[in-house]
Amino acid sequence: MENEICIKAESLDLFYGDFQALKNVNLEVAEREITAFIGPSGCGKSTLLRCFNRMNDLIEGCKIAGKIFVDGRDIHENTDVNLLRKEVGMVFQKPNVFPMSIYDNIAFGPRTHGVKGRKNLDPIVVESLKRANIWDEAKDRLNKSALGLSGGQQQRVCIARALAVQPKILLMDEPTSALDPISTGKIEELCEELKKQYTIVIVTHNMQQAARISDKTGFFLLGEMLEFGDSSQVFSSPKNEKCEKYITGRFG
Amino acid sequence: MYRSRFEKEMDELRSNLVRLGLLVEESIDRSIAALIKQDRVLAETVIAADREINGLANQIESRALNILLRQQPIATDLRIISTALKMVTDLERIGDQAEDICTIVLHLIDENYVAQGKWIILPKMAQLAKQMVNASIDSFIKQDIDIAKKVIETDDEVDILFAKLRDEMIELLQSKPKYANQAIYLMMVAKYFEKIGDHAENIADWVVFCKTGEKKHRKI
Repeated sequence: MENEICIKAESLDLFYGDFQALKNVNLEVAEREITAFIGPSGCGKSTLLRCFNRMNDLIEGCKIAGKIFVDGRDIHENTDVNLLRKEVGMVFQKPNVFPMSIYDNIAFGPRTHGVKGRKNLDPIVVESLKRANIWDEAKDRLNKSALGLSGGQQQRVCIARALAVQPKILLMDEPTSALDPISTGKIEELCEELKKQYTIVIVTHNMQQAARISDKTGFFLLGEMLEFGDSSQVFSSPKNEKCEKYITGRFG
Repeated sequence: MYRSRFEKEMDELRSNLVRLGLLVEESIDRSIAALIKQDRVLAETVIAADREINGLANQIESRALNILLRQQPIATDLRIISTALKMVTDLERIGDQAEDICTIVLHLIDENYVAQGKWIILPKMAQLAKQMVNASIDSFIKQDIDIAKKVIETDDEVDILFAKLRDEMIELLQSKPKYANQAIYLMMVAKYFEKIGDHAENIADWVVFCKTGEKKHRKI
């Protein structure tokens, strides 16, 4: 059975000043699946990812044409951006824990959304750390600085922090490119666990990673999405010649 | 929990190979029983079962290819997947040979058999061949090189039995030419069992590779 559509982009163009970074992208992301975006640097995949929670709004000179729907709602129409970003969480390439305790990192989001008091925050912190598979490693040092954790642990704290505000969607922009293979494996396993409840869109330079964990894959080049389909199809018999050349390491 | 999905897929692959092994062993058993009892229904059952064997073999192949594609196994994992892919071809061929034997059985249904003492070797060959198939899969599952080596040795016994049966059939052809058709059909059945032994030996060779990275003392 096909999952419901969670994110939809329609005729999406994006300009940074005069430079067109996305060209007529049409895309549907199914809920509770992992969708991977691949393509050479500068192809627009991270730009597209940032469209989904309007992170590009912060970039001067950025103009968007076309529509993006999250859960059927046009995110450029009457949308509270703070609520959108609560619903659509994000994890970045480098772990960016706040310089504060592990507990406060996780409680940060809920607090800004009005949750107060240890009685209310404790269960959220525990649950989020558990879901991000970092609880066992963090439970005895919740009040210590998150900066004391390893890179892989910090990245899972960042995922826990994103989960703490109960998002529906997690955007991940190269979440493992700064991590060693073991930490990478843990994040990948975590993604597979998380997709039971969340929709995940991941940008990765690691094609093997996309093949390992994603259900769908989109290939981007020079702002265009040239191929989109089931990952097993894209990686075994891509339809687009440039996609084939890229994933087999012949250009890019 | 590291790479738990990969481990799960590998477990599925192993259990499907065991299932395929059981199906072909059953076909071997039934093919020799159908031959001895001249049982048309049983022979037709084996012929029909080959479709199921082929279906499962295809399924294992596509799962194994999918693991190669999505999990990019290396080191021991890569050897296990390669071995599984090679094994599945041998097992599928064994199923074909059991089917071929049963096609011959259908030609022999109304025959008055020459005294079974002449071809008492055939059930022994079938028994040995089946044991080899069983042990070859066991050696893969347990990754036990000693079991695999035993399978490779047993193939010599099958070959010796085959040579004996061949001599019996030559003798039969010369002494009782009216049984020529039986001699030729039984010879073919013997060849199929001998080939089944070869396939089991192939599997065992690959299990040795799987464990050591060497096949017939050659690094691959």
